[in-house]
Amino acid sequence: MESAKTERRSFGLRAVRNLFANSKARAGQPLQTGGSRDDQLFAAVLETGRKFHITVAMLLLIVAWAFFAWVTQLWNGLGVTGLNRPVYWGFYITNFVFFIGISHAGTLISAILRLANAEWRRSITRSAEVITVLVLFFGVGNVLMDLGRPDRALNVISHAQFRSPLLWDVTSITTYLTASSIYLFLPLIPDIALLRDRLHGYSAAGRPFPRWRLRLYTFLAVGWTGSEKQQQRLNRAIGVMAVLVIPIAISVHTVVSWVFAMTIQPMWHSTIFGPYFVAGAIFSGIAALLIAMAIIRRVYHLEDYLKPIHFNNLGLLLLVMTLAWLYFTIAEYLTSYYGGEPAHMKVFWAKISGPYAPEFWSMVVFCFVIPFAILTRRKTRTIAGTVVASASVTIGMWLERFTIVVPTLMNPRLPYSRGAYHPSWVEFSIMAGCFAAFILLYMLFTKLFPIVSIWEIREGQEKSVAETVERIESYLPGVAAKEFP
Amino acid sequence: MHKWTMVIDLDKCIGCMACTVACKAENNIPFSDPEQAALGRTISWMEVMTTTEGEYPHVKTRFIPRPCMQCDKPPCTKVCPVYATYLNEEGLVGQVYARCIGCRYCTNACPYTVKYFNWFQPSWPAEMQQCLNPDVTVRSTGVVEKCTFCHHRLQKAKGLAKGEQRELQDGDYVAACVQTCPAEAMYFGDINDPKSKVSQMAKSSRAFRMLEDLGTEPKVIYLTEGEWYGVRKD
Repeated sequence: MESAKTERRSFGLRAVRNLFANSKARAGQPLQTGGSRDDQLFAAVLETGRKFHITVAMLLLIVAWAFFAWVTQLWNGLGVTGLNRPVYWGFYITNFVFFIGISHAGTLISAILRLANAEWRRSITRSAEVITVLVLFFGVGNVLMDLGRPDRALNVISHAQFRSPLLWDVTSITTYLTASSIYLFLPLIPDIALLRDRLHGYSAAGRPFPRWRLRLYTFLAVGWTGSEKQQQRLNRAIGVMAVLVIPIAISVHTVVSWVFAMTIQPMWHSTIFGPYFVAGAIFSGIAALLIAMAIIRRVYHLEDYLKPIHFNNLGLLLLVMTLAWLYFTIAEYLTSYYGGEPAHMKVFWAKISGPYAPEFWSMVVFCFVIPFAILTRRKTRTIAGTVVASASVTIGMWLERFTIVVPTLMNPRLPYSRGAYHPSWVEFSIMAGCFAAFILLYMLFTKLFPIVSIWEIREGQEKSVAETVERIESYLPGVAAKEFP
Repeated sequence: MHKWTMVIDLDKCIGCMACTVACKAENNIPFSDPEQAALGRTISWMEVMTTTEGEYPHVKTRFIPRPCMQCDKPPCTKVCPVYATYLNEEGLVGQVYARCIGCRYCTNACPYTVKYFNWFQPSWPAEMQQCLNPDVTVRSTGVVEKCTFCHHRLQKAKGLAKGEQRELQDGDYVAACVQTCPAEAMYFGDINDPKSKVSQMAKSSRAFRMLEDLGTEPKVIYLTEGEWYGVRKD
């Protein structure tokens, strides 16, 4: 048994070492798009086309407009939004919950797939982990933009009041951002080293290339040589982080839900909000990941890496979450309805048949009807099909966050102050800017680092067949009797 | 220890809103233009809420003046991330304007919706600039504010009593709204003082506290013969 283990490990390590030898040998040679598999992934990083620049320019325009809107808000006060009394929270807080939810795409899904030894994860983990890290900034950013006095934001540290669920949020999101950044960075190290070696050859061959990138890669590669010891340490660190990151991710969205659930406001004060929000977060997270994967596949011609099977598998996962979402939603709304407390019922009817009925029922269609219809059938569980379902889920989950935040505020317990909420151009602009900025940063990431993990793919190609065979042998009685007596 | 309490006799209230006006003048509350008012952005620490029931000619309108309830168990102070709202030892729920980050969590956690936000930098007509009350801070944009039970008047009354070398007496410290009420529907004082008017009135069989089943333990006591569904209880 012991010998089998070492053999297996050295088999994997040999693969990685070979990879390094190959990449060093190939350094300095001209890139061939459509050539060997490695080159396909390197090309995405090293070659930039015109379309990329045009897209960046357009996104920058949107971001600039949003920046203008934000400056308008800073200059005049939050009065330029559509917020009022009693609807004190609107788009910004909806976006905050939404973006934090999307962040569950990455780290959590990637960690679960890694721990489950799901071999098909290899080409999707990186693109998922990047979503987490980037989107968290927009979650936090939206809270900061929602503050009346953003200049005093640091008071949450200097005058921290730990009975406030907002402080719990600050704590858990900071932890999450740190952990998921580490979790993104660790598996990047061998890839960065690959890029470093390749670029080294580039400049040696006299091809023009910005020196800062070489310096950046050399710095970020932290002296990676691909030695056996390094590889062991890295695998161990990734393993530890994968375990650590799961409770952190779950705590983050639970705490986000507690911002609402800890108050005594009708339809917020609910005990299932924690799991409801976590399930919704994973739900919208998978959807966002599927959309990102489809775009990456298209733009960088990664058809060999992101195959229909990936979309099928994630599509099935999305289907499970669709059903989980329905279950939680029914549990939440039926209990409120059956209990029939007057204050709760005012909010309930505002959603079911009142002013927020269009949003509520669109949410049901987008979160359940459309994805369920598409994902249950194998015929429609294609790449295009899962992308349509994912787009639908993303819209639906945004609506869900909105119908949780606003209708409750609009119907406070005392029947005297009733409000309406019409978001202003500032809120729409800033929301558009957040999405544009997120896409922009994501695009820039793909230009700096491989969006599909090169070393993990290679490791998988050479290692996972043997490993899977061995695993199957360990499941079944009799097959590997000599190794597991 | 004092425990400042307000008693409002709903059966005596005539809905004149003098309390609202007195409060605005006393506490430097800015006006809002009709456009902002329509958006629901009027700041009114003391708000007279009205309900109208029935149809003409059998119409019944009722008034209920609503300051901050100054809860003994305030849901708003718990959620503030920066200690900008807190319960002091005399039972008053304070606001620290200079520390508030404007997240509006407290405004949303308050079941009585008594907290207000400064959507813009407050401003007054030039003629009014000289009429601001020097005892009360003018709040800046982006912070939350609410009724303080005219806390500054307590400071003054305490100073005065100390100068005269005596204890605070019933009637030394009275909120502006109470002082103004022409129908004498409002009373103010220390409920821990068994001789005070409010402690007598709190024993009335007509007494109730707003949404008292939420367990917030308000220090505003209402008196009425009526049922007041939706206010008395959920």
